[in-house]
Amino acid sequence: MNREKVVFGFFIVSALTLNFGFCLGDIDNPDHHHLYELFVVIVVNLVATILKLGDRTQMGAVLLATSLVADLQLICAAIVWGVATHVAQAELAGSVMASIVSLASGALVANVISVTILVIETVIIRR
Amino acid sequence: MTGMTYHVFKRMRTPLLALLAAYSIAILGMTLIPGVDDQGNPWRMSFFHAFYYVSFMATTIGFGEIPYAFSEAQRVWGIFCIYLTVIAWFYAIGAIINLVQDSGFRGAFIRDNFARSVRAIREPFYIICGYGDTGKELVRALCAREIRAVVVDSNQHQMHDLALTNHSLEVPGVCADVRVPKTLIDAGIQHHWCQGLVAMTDIDAVNLKVAITSKLLNPDMPVICRGEAPEYEENMASFGTDHIIDPFTTFSNRLALALDKPGLHLLNDWLSGVPGAPMEDPVYPPKGTWVVCGFGPFGKAMHASLTRRGIPVVTVEFDPDKTSSPPGTIQGIGADHATLRAAGIENAVGLVAGTQDDANNLSIVMTAVEMNPQLFVVIRQNRSMNTPLFSAVTANLVMQSSRILAREVRLLLTLPLLREFLILAQKRDNDWANGVSSRILGMMRTNVHPSSWSVSVDEERAPAIVDSIKRGNPVAIVDLMRSPANRDEFMPCMPLLLKRASGQTLLTPETELHLNPGDQVLFCGERGVRHRMGWSFANINALGYILTGDDSPDGWVFQKYHAWRAKRAMRQERV
Repeated sequence: MNREKVVFGFFIVSALTLNFGFCLGDIDNPDHHHLYELFVVIVVNLVATILKLGDRTQMGAVLLATSLVADLQLICAAIVWGVATHVAQAELAGSVMASIVSLASGALVANVISVTILVIETVIIRR
Repeated sequence: MTGMTYHVFKRMRTPLLALLAAYSIAILGMTLIPGVDDQGNPWRMSFFHAFYYVSFMATTIGFGEIPYAFSEAQRVWGIFCIYLTVIAWFYAIGAIINLVQDSGFRGAFIRDNFARSVRAIREPFYIICGYGDTGKELVRALCAREIRAVVVDSNQHQMHDLALTNHSLEVPGVCADVRVPKTLIDAGIQHHWCQGLVAMTDIDAVNLKVAITSKLLNPDMPVICRGEAPEYEENMASFGTDHIIDPFTTFSNRLALALDKPGLHLLNDWLSGVPGAPMEDPVYPPKGTWVVCGFGPFGKAMHASLTRRGIPVVTVEFDPDKTSSPPGTIQGIGADHATLRAAGIENAVGLVAGTQDDANNLSIVMTAVEMNPQLFVVIRQNRSMNTPLFSAVTANLVMQSSRILAREVRLLLTLPLLREFLILAQKRDNDWANGVSSRILGMMRTNVHPSSWSVSVDEERAPAIVDSIKRGNPVAIVDLMRSPANRDEFMPCMPLLLKRASGQTLLTPETELHLNPGDQVLFCGERGVRHRMGWSFANINALGYILTGDDSPDGWVFQKYHAWRAKRAMRQERV
């Protein structure tokens, strides 16, 4: 068992699962999407990105790219949330919530690709 | 991404993770700890405020407790966060500084930069291996001709020297082992614009390895190599090294030329010397018995070239058996009276002090000149730092490998046509050479080495001339020599060689000969003439003036005006 692989797999998979958990529910209902969950998704995604830095392989490069896409989408979602509640000084409307969740769903797709690549790599290099 | 970037990222993984962890913990905690707002209501920080607070707190900017004064619980967490994040930052910054100071990383950084600047070159360049005396002079000569060079040397001091020298062009250089193929690849051996490689290190084995590497990795690229020992020279030639320059053979051949045809030797010296340097007096080596001290590669070359001309040679060698010296060799260094007397120095006419040791050579010459002041002295200088000593001793010729190599390679790289001229001139007699020399001397206003340059009549370098020839207006060599300011004046220069497109060559061609596209002409003359001559190559109006004396105007309006004036003048004449 390779400890590095365990940590790496843990973070990539939990990025996907947490992201999925956040997106689950009605798209425009603020009660279905928790703020802290978004925070944890962002942190876990950033950890996954940092772990992928400095990988020389082709797979590593694609993994890094998908991870960066996920980060970008999630950080955009967080910015939308922050702007809506603080700059606009209003309660979270359904339409704003919908755009936050749709951004996070985009990140979810990127995370699905990440995990798929990880699984393919593991299957190919069976040791 | 290059290997360097990966390296940086790999090393920065842990510090980045530490920072991320510290920030996440601090922000999360800040949002969870209960506080009180200005009205006394319970209040919790949002992620937005928490991120804002942690960002300025972690970087020790510290705007204070915003948006409301903190509760005691929030302050306790604040204390914890300050230490957590500041330590994380210290760790991250320390890791970056550590990385930058790491000598392996810095080496990789410098090599990476070097390889990148070589890859970015988009014009012809040469690779020079070895930035010693020869390399330095070559780079200077190439820069003067606006040809790019790339330098590799295994000595860090030489690289410092390169960094401190102010060349007119950027010269990328790196301190690396040239025997490692990767070094040469980085230096651009497979680069599209690489014109050739020059291996000028002190060690034959290294030059050999460089030549093999470049012939294997890029078989078509010309390679010029320095070779001193015959076995290495044969090896270099065996796989197609294009030019192998042996400084000892080159020197001894030149001395032989001075013995046979002093005029030709002088012409050779003038043309191949550094333009603008003062001219030397001709040397006349005497014919009679010569004493050669030291039977190393230089002694052997001198011995061979003197005996071939029937000149008796007495050799003096410290270890005659090991160097397979000819029979009758006097044993000794040659720096003492007894050895030199045994070699018959009192009756000799010439002396060659050719050992590997500068101190010995100087001592040989001083002793010998004291015994026979009339001697013609040839001395070998091994280290360039000893130049002041060698100019103080009374020697007729100083043989310095680096200068001979630099001169030969400079001609090869910058003026192949001049080299061709010198080879052709060897077949002519002394009177012809004296004639050419006196013409050069008459033409030059000051007593300095003339500058030489070649003119190629082709679309790329002389479009105006090619165009004029195609339209049926012939251009003669003499037209190129006219001054662009006044066509009745001739610039101080003369043609030395005309090479037709067919490969036919003419030494000192008649100036009335017409040029054809594809011809090349070698000129020599005063410095600066080359640039003035260049005016008419691309500028059709400048060429028109030189050919016909008509100063035709540039713009459309003035061309029309000019034509109208000419027509009117004709009409008036008729009236």
